[in-house]
Amino acid sequence: MEAPAVASPYSKDLLLTMYRKMYLIRRFEERAGQQYTLGKIAGFCHLYIGQEAVAVGPNEAIRPDDYMLSAYRDHGQPLARGSDAGMVMAELFGRGTGYSKGKGGSMHVFDIEHHFYGGYGIVGGQIPLAAGMAFASRYRNEDRVTVCYFGDAAANQGALHETFNMASKWKLPVIYICENNRYGMGTAIARTSAVPEIYKRASAYDMRGEPVDGMDVLTMYEAVKDAAAWCRAGKGPVLLEANTYRFRGHSMADPATYRSKSEVEEERKNDPIPKLRDYTLKQGLAVDADFERIDEEVKALVDAAVKFADESPEPSLEELWRDTIVEPGEEDVRPRERVLGVKVTNWPKYPTGQELKVTWDLEPRAQAELADKKAGLSH
Amino acid sequence: MPELMYREALNQALAEEMERDANVYLIGEEVGRYNGAFKVSQGLLDRFGSARIIDAPISELGFGGLSVGAAMVGLRPVVEMMTWNFAILAMDQIVNNAAKLRHMSGGQLRCPIVFRGPGGAGGRLSSQHSQALEANYAHFPGLKVIAPATPADAKGMLKAAIRDDNPVIMFEGERLYALKGEVPEGEYVVPLGKADVKREGTDVTIITWSRMYYFCMQAAEELAKEGISAEVLDLRTLRPLDEEAILASVRKTNRVVIVEEGWALAGIGASVVDIIQSKAFDDLDAPVERVTGLDVNMSYAANLENATQPDAPKIIAAVKKALYRQGA
Repeated sequence: MEAPAVASPYSKDLLLTMYRKMYLIRRFEERAGQQYTLGKIAGFCHLYIGQEAVAVGPNEAIRPDDYMLSAYRDHGQPLARGSDAGMVMAELFGRGTGYSKGKGGSMHVFDIEHHFYGGYGIVGGQIPLAAGMAFASRYRNEDRVTVCYFGDAAANQGALHETFNMASKWKLPVIYICENNRYGMGTAIARTSAVPEIYKRASAYDMRGEPVDGMDVLTMYEAVKDAAAWCRAGKGPVLLEANTYRFRGHSMADPATYRSKSEVEEERKNDPIPKLRDYTLKQGLAVDADFERIDEEVKALVDAAVKFADESPEPSLEELWRDTIVEPGEEDVRPRERVLGVKVTNWPKYPTGQELKVTWDLEPRAQAELADKKAGLSH
Repeated sequence: MPELMYREALNQALAEEMERDANVYLIGEEVGRYNGAFKVSQGLLDRFGSARIIDAPISELGFGGLSVGAAMVGLRPVVEMMTWNFAILAMDQIVNNAAKLRHMSGGQLRCPIVFRGPGGAGGRLSSQHSQALEANYAHFPGLKVIAPATPADAKGMLKAAIRDDNPVIMFEGERLYALKGEVPEGEYVVPLGKADVKREGTDVTIITWSRMYYFCMQAAEELAKEGISAEVLDLRTLRPLDEEAILASVRKTNRVVIVEEGWALAGIGASVVDIIQSKAFDDLDAPVERVTGLDVNMSYAANLENATQPDAPKIIAAVKKALYRQGA
């Protein structure tokens, strides 16, 4: 093979990890779609096919203990974070071995061990939560960042505007990634938006906002690496608009008749998975056999995940009465311990109220007095 | 025992809990430099600094939701809503996130947060500012709902709410803040979920909570002059309801009047009636009477406003009806 003109700044390990994760999400979602048509998965099931780069690039650019949360198209991110594929599939199947014991389903995957704080079903509802998690990091003087995904249509929710205002004013370490797949369910984003370029909305709050090619995992990786450094340096929140495309309908119930076959065909040429494969091959960092091996391993992993879910029991009826109210002394449930019997060691731990020393001066007195004075002078 | 105003009792509870636990912060409109729209947070900014007493923009959904997120990762926020009427804007975050996080995560997350502020009529504020909305929140599993009437309960229950690992909705009252009562100093915690017999009686039980408690006590005094012994049961916590205390009192007096500031349809009182009819039917000597706000929007005009709300004469009339002593 011809040597590349410029050496890749990325290691073979990083490139193959990203490839593996994207292919895992692709394969997982294809099987989830198939299991939906077989009636094994019910309710709403929103597939991530086409958007894999948007979950994987950012995940590799942040630390495992950084926080992440998403909307209801939420199978991709936990798989990128390292969640157990069988337990995610079991959640989709509504089985007791799922991450939420089958209580949440496809739209509500939570894996706190891997710092994935959930999929949320109300459009835009997770946006303030992410600012609060970043607030907590700032309050405790940690250098952790929070990555929050939302869809293009969520940009028109009041929650986004209220949150951006506070996040920017208080310089919270949060990265918002708008997954702009161009359609809010069946409505093209430009049909309902005065400014369809979502990243521009950051400027209203004096906040950093940029468009990113969401069909290129390396571009996503670089954008989030840079944004995370910005956040950790205390410079405030960042909005990234990842321009992406879902190859399937909004949910399994959507045949996507509002867009043409040729449009979908054209977008499929942009598939992020072969793109990364081609790049890696061209860089001479891997050979075809490496990818074939990964493909086979992932297929076997997903087959096993489906089998695990299918063979798992439904939750017990006693579960109905659990997890609504926390009783005094009750511990939090650690899913992999509960289901797989493995010892979970990286469960989040927070300082007690006596250990914690809050040193943050959120609004210095002089700054408040100056604002008061300016308001007075303007009259 | 020192006598404090309701607002001072709340202030004391906040200060003590913030001293005890650095994870506790207070956020809301005007809570800092202005010292609180109703002066509940008087002096706290100077004492605890601007990261723990936070002046929020007028974005109830925004700072409500932000605090739910902070609670998910270990902080213990107290969110002041200037009134519960405004908190309707934050209802999505309270109902769809705070109340459901434990469930949706299959027990992985908890959400220790208090949303508090005044509910009910403040006095000459018309329809948007005068609603008693506790029934709305009591409807949702995953929340606890409290509505203390006295300064002592206000202190003890706010302390319990802050220490609770669940989202707690606390109804105070614009017309309660200046009321005075004896308040124990220091560590005084009133457990949530426990009603309180505020006045013992034998002929009838008057069940109530929050500001209506004072009309009920007034009515009980008047009734005593006529030889009628009324028991006043202050529910204090509206979710979960203290069924045991309700049933014990009904079994003692066999007659019940429920007094509620809010509207009758789907009100808390309706649920209390249901508990009584299903579990103490044979103990009843008369149908349960309800005194509620009238089924109309609140008017500004003084006479219309007064006529809309329960008061002592209405309660006295309901008691007499329950005792079959109308016109007596």
